[in-house]
Amino acid sequence: MCLALPARVVELLPKLRAIVDLGGVRKEVSIDLVDDAQTDDYVIVHVGYAIGKIDPEEAQRTLALFAELSAAQNTLQPSQNMREML
Amino acid sequence: MKYIDEFRDGDSARRIAAKIAAEVRPDTSYSFMEFCGGHTHAISRYGIAGMLPPNVRMIHGPGCPVCVLPIGRIDLAISLALDRGVMICTYGDTMRVPASDSLSLIKAKARGADIRMVYSAHDALTLAEQHPDREVVFLAIGFETTTPPTALVLRDAKARDVRNFSVLCCHVLTPSAITHILESAEVRQLGTVPIDGFIGPAHVSIVIGSQPYEHFAEEYRKPVVITGFEPLDVMQGILMLVRQVNAGRAVVENEFSRAVTPEGNLAAQKLVSQVFELRESFEWRGLGEVPYSALKIRPEFAAWDAERKFELHYTSVPDHKQCECGAILRGVKRPADCKLFGTVCTPESPMGSCMVSNEGACAAHYSYGRFRDVARVDIAQAAITSIAK
Repeated sequence: MCLALPARVVELLPKLRAIVDLGGVRKEVSIDLVDDAQTDDYVIVHVGYAIGKIDPEEAQRTLALFAELSAAQNTLQPSQNMREML
Repeated sequence: MKYIDEFRDGDSARRIAAKIAAEVRPDTSYSFMEFCGGHTHAISRYGIAGMLPPNVRMIHGPGCPVCVLPIGRIDLAISLALDRGVMICTYGDTMRVPASDSLSLIKAKARGADIRMVYSAHDALTLAEQHPDREVVFLAIGFETTTPPTALVLRDAKARDVRNFSVLCCHVLTPSAITHILESAEVRQLGTVPIDGFIGPAHVSIVIGSQPYEHFAEEYRKPVVITGFEPLDVMQGILMLVRQVNAGRAVVENEFSRAVTPEGNLAAQKLVSQVFELRESFEWRGLGEVPYSALKIRPEFAAWDAERKFELHYTSVPDHKQCECGAILRGVKRPADCKLFGTVCTPESPMGSCMVSNEGACAAHYSYGRFRDVARVDIAQAAITSIAK
């Protein structure tokens, strides 16, 4: 029910409406609840209304957190192998 | 698609799973409730339950608006459509919810009632403007995510003086439901399970922010991690909860920081408080009457409030006797514990509400997990046994 998807704003229309692009699908939505949305912003669309915006820096930070996990895992690998050798 | 694909990467998921497995203490059991149906769906669909150590158990919470909508509210909409010739507009999710007299909105439609499925609240108002000779009622359900769009159409209906449009408001509130699960005497009588932490709502929190959970984490000493709906988000959220439990901490953390801020969407909150006020009590399927857990339309908008306009009176209707939705919604029972599950109750013909929405615990388990628990039969072994016989 709370399903919502991030979509890119491609065109601002009058009366706080906008065209968004979601993986190639274009749709007109309301930006009444996120009235500072600009072209190329990613907004989160729920039942035809943008309810929030994606913060690209925060998204990058979360992805970096996953990447750090993998870096930590890789550094762990040799020592594990060492243990096996011992 | 950007902001989706990178949060569904299988290798990263396996790495987070390894991290969880390494950090859980073998002598501790971890029970976490994911409140939202969106998380329930992700956990089933992406096989997250199968990637967790055996001592980490996910309890599916009541955060599916369709699942907690009581029969009596659907009955009100059906009677408006069948007995009073009203055009009912509603989201697709509510169409198949079983109501009294073996009816549902979709079955009432088959009997000739004018029931329209809409994608957006905006479409309902447009229909009213296109049919000025008809009474059009929007059956509005949902949590804080879905409430602001309803507030907008009520504001617009009043501004444009669309007199043949009204809203049957069934909007409910998340924080009060979470509190109720932990403290209500009735729920304690009905039975609950110990919960060590909560995976906090994703899209609800975009609107209300992370602050409303702070009091709750402090007062009840339960960690809350606000988590996105993508599988990597859920895995990371579980890891963050495990870490809080291990450290004896109980605070609100935000994994979904790319969309959730501490204060939330203030414009949406302001609009909601202009149009709606708290309802003293509202019946939830599975939880019973929950005080101050829902919204009603303010008197200034009385002309657009279907309950006032049509003088509707709510009557509580008990669930099917053998349906375990109530216990499943509180995490006391699992879908497979219900006698009706997968036999007479399936997504094609649901008996209980948890089977209706694909976010319901039963529907998610039926679609993605019902063969997981079936004992594996070794084919070779079975062949040998049959030959020996």
